[in-house]
Amino acid sequence: MLRTITAAVGAVLLSTLAACGGGDGAAAPGGAAQGDDRITMGFSQVGAESGWRTANTKSIQEAAAAAGVELKFSDAQQKQENQIKAIRSFIQQKVDVIAFSPVVETGWDTVLLEAKRADIPVILTDRAIDSEDTSLYKTFLGSDFVEEGRKAGQWVVDNTQGAVTVVELQGTTGAAPAIDRKTGFEEVIAARPDIKIVATQSGDFTRSGGKQVMEAFLKSTPDIDVVYAHNDDMGLGAIEAIKAAGKKPGTDIKIVTVDAVKDGMTALANGEINFIVECNPLLGEQLMDLAAKVVAGEEVPARVVTEETTFTPEQAKAVLPERQY
Amino acid sequence: MSANRLLWPLAALAALIVLNVVVTPSFLELRFQDGHLFGSTVDILRNGAPTLLIALGMTLVIATRGIDLSVGAIAAIAAAVACTHIASGGDAITAMLLALGLSALLGVWNGFLVTVVGIQPIIATLVLMIAGRGLAMLLTEGQIITVSDDLYSQVGAGFLVLPIAILISLAALAGVALLTRRTALGMLIEAVGVNPEASRLAGVRSRTIVWTVYVFIAVCSGVAGLMISSNVNSADANNIGLWIEMDAILAVVIGGTSLAGGRYSLVGTLIGALVIQTLTTTVYTIGVPPNVTLVFKAVVVIAVCLLQSPRSAALLRRPARAEEVAAR
Repeated sequence: MLRTITAAVGAVLLSTLAACGGGDGAAAPGGAAQGDDRITMGFSQVGAESGWRTANTKSIQEAAAAAGVELKFSDAQQKQENQIKAIRSFIQQKVDVIAFSPVVETGWDTVLLEAKRADIPVILTDRAIDSEDTSLYKTFLGSDFVEEGRKAGQWVVDNTQGAVTVVELQGTTGAAPAIDRKTGFEEVIAARPDIKIVATQSGDFTRSGGKQVMEAFLKSTPDIDVVYAHNDDMGLGAIEAIKAAGKKPGTDIKIVTVDAVKDGMTALANGEINFIVECNPLLGEQLMDLAAKVVAGEEVPARVVTEETTFTPEQAKAVLPERQY
Repeated sequence: MSANRLLWPLAALAALIVLNVVVTPSFLELRFQDGHLFGSTVDILRNGAPTLLIALGMTLVIATRGIDLSVGAIAAIAAAVACTHIASGGDAITAMLLALGLSALLGVWNGFLVTVVGIQPIIATLVLMIAGRGLAMLLTEGQIITVSDDLYSQVGAGFLVLPIAILISLAALAGVALLTRRTALGMLIEAVGVNPEASRLAGVRSRTIVWTVYVFIAVCSGVAGLMISSNVNSADANNIGLWIEMDAILAVVIGGTSLAGGRYSLVGTLIGALVIQTLTTTVYTIGVPPNVTLVFKAVVVIAVCLLQSPRSAALLRRPARAEEVAAR
């Protein structure tokens, strides 16, 4: 609980900067607007808990400006009640479309039903909700964590021969990305029985965690071939541990990670990481496209996966100069 | 008495090491690697250094009947200050001095709330525990600041045969032991913890003593923050020192210092900190599944605490005596 408080206060401090933007703007037309009108979108963000999230927010704000969408942005500071309040106020302001990244999975039925009665379509971004009534939202735009795990596993299958010893640095125990990235990876490497995950521990998605776990693995597990880290930061920690053990990261021990944040991409370009699967926070443009379609009454798929790619060291070198986050 | 209290934590430490050796026979192996020692035990010492340093300060704070919850936040702030300074082109020495100066200032603030304003320590330091991490995030703008400075990375990852981090912590421990056990300061601290009012009337400057220990623990936290951040060459305001206040308090308690204030044991704290770090490393080495890690840790901690309690000690002693009598 203290962690929540800490995070919330941090978010408050940060959001005082962000909250200055926005403003009221013109009164939005009620209900579904026609194509010639400017779309008004109410967006409720989780908070500003990571660099990834900050990039996500920035992408949405920039894409809205570029698409001529009037964005009413609200920061929930990691609290569901703030988010519900924000959605209610969006309904009262009669926005054309509501988008939000739910803080938690459950407890949305009532407020989303209010939005449905007010005839305002809802789009989920980045995180899903757990509700039996799928008519409460039009679509869910976000990463497919299982697919990310599969891509990482595929690289290991394609780029190794013979018996391969893999150690895994998991994300925070119980977090959806940690569970799904593990599942996807295991699913793909099952095709090659000679690839074995010999040790797996949680590094809590942090560099210190990744380093400590990797240090212990290096001593308890001889001859590690591949490290699979659920995010770049743990992979960066593992690099330091491997160096301290007198081995060469990327050569003696291959490293595969997920995320593609700037520091990870730098390590990839330097050859210390071998492969990164992207988890893309820049979903602003896709969100604006979907919003335009939803407002125009067009059919959209119930699940839209963020456009995500993978990076090899050569590709990392090429894209690194204009990497935003 | 104090030797008796240390028996169980020492036994726990030994048991954990034996468990590790059984699962990984090479656990105690040490070798030279690039001119320094390399092995699991060295990792335990290095990764345990920040906890030990904070627990050292916490021992004194607890001895004055206080507690400091803001240590993790101060560690995060120190790391954020140092890394943002280095990242913006500053040199490492200035960066670290700035960080420690600010840490001391935050300690002055905590001490002010506790001694002058008279707020209960747990609440007074809760303020900074919550606000401090926000401050650290403000400094880093919510981003992870990565630095590459050879001098800076020495603090947490460097070696002088042994890890520099543990040398710093042990030096601080030795310094505090000398200062408080070879002079009357230790007794005065204990006196304040037993009865602040009575010791004030007896002429002890209790306010100055209490204020000083809060500044001391804040500086310890600042150094610990520098160690943690320099170990991975980055400042992650969200995660540096997260929950370390719990580990530090636990180390003090395992070491046999009572939360009610008064008598304290520095050696106990050292053992407590080692038990906690060995426990963490054990989880990784023997491969405890991540989803039961916390349960495993809790079981070990609760076993140590139960064995240590006076009542269970009495229970254990009684049947043993009865057997002795029966044997005669």
